Amino acid sequence: MGREPQSDAEFLIRDTTSHPIAYTPAYKTSVLRSPKLALISLQQSLSEVTAPVFRADELGPQDNDLILNYAKGGLPVGERIVVHGHVHDQLGKPVKNALVEVWQCNASGRYRHKKDQYIGAIDPNFGGCGRMLTDENGYYAFRTIKPGPYPWRNRVNDWRPAHIHYGVSGDGWVQRLVTQMYFEGDPLIRSCPILGVVPSEEQIRGLIALQDIGAFVPLDSRAYRFDIVLRGQRATLFENNVQKTAEGRPQ
Amino acid sequence: MSADQLVVRRETASQTAGPYVHIGLQPEVAGFDIFENNFGHVLANERTKGQRIRIEGRVFDGIGTVLKDVLIEIWQANAEGRYAHPGDRQPGKSTDPNFRGWGRACTDFESGVYAFDTIKPGLVEGRNGRFMAPHVNAWIVARGINIGLNTRIYFGDEAEANARDAVLNIIEWEARRKTLVAERLDAKGDGGAVVYRFDIRLQGEGETVFFDV
Repeated sequence: MGREPQSDAEFLIRDTTSHPIAYTPAYKTSVLRSPKLALISLQQSLSEVTAPVFRADELGPQDNDLILNYAKGGLPVGERIVVHGHVHDQLGKPVKNALVEVWQCNASGRYRHKKDQYIGAIDPNFGGCGRMLTDENGYYAFRTIKPGPYPWRNRVNDWRPAHIHYGVSGDGWVQRLVTQMYFEGDPLIRSCPILGVVPSEEQIRGLIALQDIGAFVPLDSRAYRFDIVLRGQRATLFENNVQKTAEGRPQ
Repeated sequence: MSADQLVVRRETASQTAGPYVHIGLQPEVAGFDIFENNFGHVLANERTKGQRIRIEGRVFDGIGTVLKDVLIEIWQANAEGRYAHPGDRQPGKSTDPNFRGWGRACTDFESGVYAFDTIKPGLVEGRNGRFMAPHVNAWIVARGINIGLNTRIYFGDEAEANARDAVLNIIEWEARRKTLVAERLDAKGDGGAVVYRFDIRLQGEGETVFFDV
């Protein structure tokens, strides 16, 4: 692999074939919200290769425990699960201290959100959000209730497969990613228009968490494994610096 | 099999942030209180160095509808033009312990207006020493946006600097450059803050320039 990237090292250009395109008519809301003009390609500067650094003391001790972080004298209803995995970059480097934020509906398929009108019941003991920082190995874990599927207004009988939303902030602004994690074996995965915008089977598989028996908590919770890959940060091989420094760059 | 297939993995696919993005990223906007410390739209405190500014605006879809479910994050340098990140080693510039330079805001459910209270960034040296005008980096997600959109916010009262900016100048359609320039308003904000308006047009006439970074 060679030496560790410098912290101002550039990131690999984004492989757009890994991602949905902007205009995807089967997901109707994208039709008027998709830029029509080409993105302007930008060589990275300090503005792109840096990003906010988060500290552990900004998060609370229960922020990654969705079973307890909104419990009001009882426990939320539903299947207890642990979700865990690693955040790596495209070159296999663990992304340390990445901020991982998750949000989801409850076991009934209802979000605790003033705009969600679904008939599924609100759970008084479930908020539906959590956050954590990855450790030295890029590892994260949280505990939650398995979200339920729910209907949404796209075609009249479209249902979202059970899913957990993720937001990830890594070492560089260009690594910022939002995505959704699905559950192995969910029959709704095949027909979901939002998952259907992902351009390949391989990339869809990358969004489906596998049940992880090895991480079950016996007599307590099942577990799912979900690994995330962010843009790769490369070592600078030749002088082509994002920034000049007074002392020059030691090679 | 080529070398890139052996050593370079694919990035995890992006998915829309969805209509309930507030739950995860600004739960108080979704209507509940869960975390002790919330990440919000105020970037500067009373001890932060620099000129107080407010950046506000609205986001429009392809037929001019004001969108009320958008989340925007910004990332900027401090008043000296330094990012609060170990990779920034520009000589002679220091970090400000009272300024991280990052925040997030949602467009209001009623008015569609978003706002950031921050300070005006200083000059950051561009790639290989090229000139960049003061700017704020912005990232936009919402229901219907399959992959987050990257753009930059420049300042309308920096016309001379903007004319020399390395990034604005790579946009070959000159008429499009102004979509990245926030208009300075006459009205002052809280504490005498200078107010800039930066509207974002996702599609169609006046479409904002978005970058493939």
